[in-house]
Amino acid sequence: MDVNKNSYTFSFAAIMVVIVAALLSIAAIGLKPFQSKNVLLEKKQNILSSVGININRGDADVQYPLYVKQELVLNANGEIVDGIAFDVDLQKELKKDKHLQLLPLFISEVDEKKQYIIPLRGKGLWGPIWGFIALEDDLNKVFGAVFDHKGETPGLGAEINRPFFEDPFTGKTIFEDGELISIKVIKGGAPKGDMHGVDGISGGTITSDGVSDMLYERLTMYLPYFSKVKSEMQKDLNISKSDTLLTFNDTIIQ
Amino acid sequence: MSKDSFLSKKNKMLLSDPLDDNNPITVQVLGICSALAITVQLKPAVVMALSVLVVLSVANVVVSLMRKMIPSRIRIIVFLVVIATLVILVDQVLKAFVYDVSKELSVFVGLIITNCIICGRLEAFAMANPPGKAFLDGLGNSFGYGVILIIVAFFRELLGAGTLFGYPVLEKLGVYDLGYENNGMMILPPMALVTVGVLIWWQRARNEKLIENE
Repeated sequence: MDVNKNSYTFSFAAIMVVIVAALLSIAAIGLKPFQSKNVLLEKKQNILSSVGININRGDADVQYPLYVKQELVLNANGEIVDGIAFDVDLQKELKKDKHLQLLPLFISEVDEKKQYIIPLRGKGLWGPIWGFIALEDDLNKVFGAVFDHKGETPGLGAEINRPFFEDPFTGKTIFEDGELISIKVIKGGAPKGDMHGVDGISGGTITSDGVSDMLYERLTMYLPYFSKVKSEMQKDLNISKSDTLLTFNDTIIQ
Repeated sequence: MSKDSFLSKKNKMLLSDPLDDNNPITVQVLGICSALAITVQLKPAVVMALSVLVVLSVANVVVSLMRKMIPSRIRIIVFLVVIATLVILVDQVLKAFVYDVSKELSVFVGLIITNCIICGRLEAFAMANPPGKAFLDGLGNSFGYGVILIIVAFFRELLGAGTLFGYPVLEKLGVYDLGYENNGMMILPPMALVTVGVLIWWQRARNEKLIENE
């Protein structure tokens, strides 16, 4: 048979494409459950890791409900709306107009203290970067942070998911005199005692800047909710203050 | 066609030749871009070498089996389809079963498709040889590629970050106390080319077959 005839060439190409397409679809469908399971477990693992609970991916399903007590979906005005926070896809939300975005928020309890965990997503050098930042119950001090990426350069930008980069976020603050400063990743290293800066990664400046931008952009979105929570805290505080005042008065009267 | 045993001298040459005399990176100067991109650390370099091993040997066998059926005018396209299919399969399997490794390699698994060593071996060897030989040739060439990758990654990680497979070797040896500092330049891409250049220099000075006569 002449393999260089036009008709043969065309039919060879056509048959090859069909076989390859079938093969790849079967592989993709067959492996999908395993892959989605990995992604799901990794998300739980990352959420826990942002509050300092480091576990194997296999244990994530069991450990997750022990720490994460509340999952909220907020709208841009900071109001709680219906929805499952774990299933909110930030990739889709970020494409929407700012005032239409849904904001997932996880509230965890570690050592009998509350943490607010905010999912992050932004742009690195080659593709998306994401992560979680956990705030203490004052909504200012950082309790912990984790980052990850799709395809940053190994050894350079990809190092954002390493403890040496993530750990310095702990203890930094995001507000200064009531104004959101966020936390900046600083090229060449943050000055000592800087409450809003951490060291950047040599050779990974664009990814580092991506982390700064992502943090600022995401935290800004949660400001309405923060101020609501804070004013409620203030109210509680005032009530408890007036309570003490009343008891104090009672004692005097007596 | 003479029937020779699977590991005859000729077939052993298929395995050993690409390691030195006909190394795909240092002699043929192919596949340089991936040698540059993933040699900052040892771990991705090793996994990359293994992935190329799988893709190249299987692609060689598949193309060798089809060598009498492939129309010569579209053979390069056929190669690319075979390679791309294998790469996607490898990537999907990694994602499903060794998720952490697949994350480590990220984009570079996809870039195996563009590795010219693979296309080169398919065109130069698999199209003209039976599957058994093509398989050995694939193994040999991926070893030759992997060896260079691992040597380069060894020096770049050790000198650039002071670690090997992430383990802080130099710190444990106490070299920093003597005033040593990591050479940050080693983690930048150009130093991969310089390292490969030094390897080529060393290899040509040592291997008589590679010394060119004027």
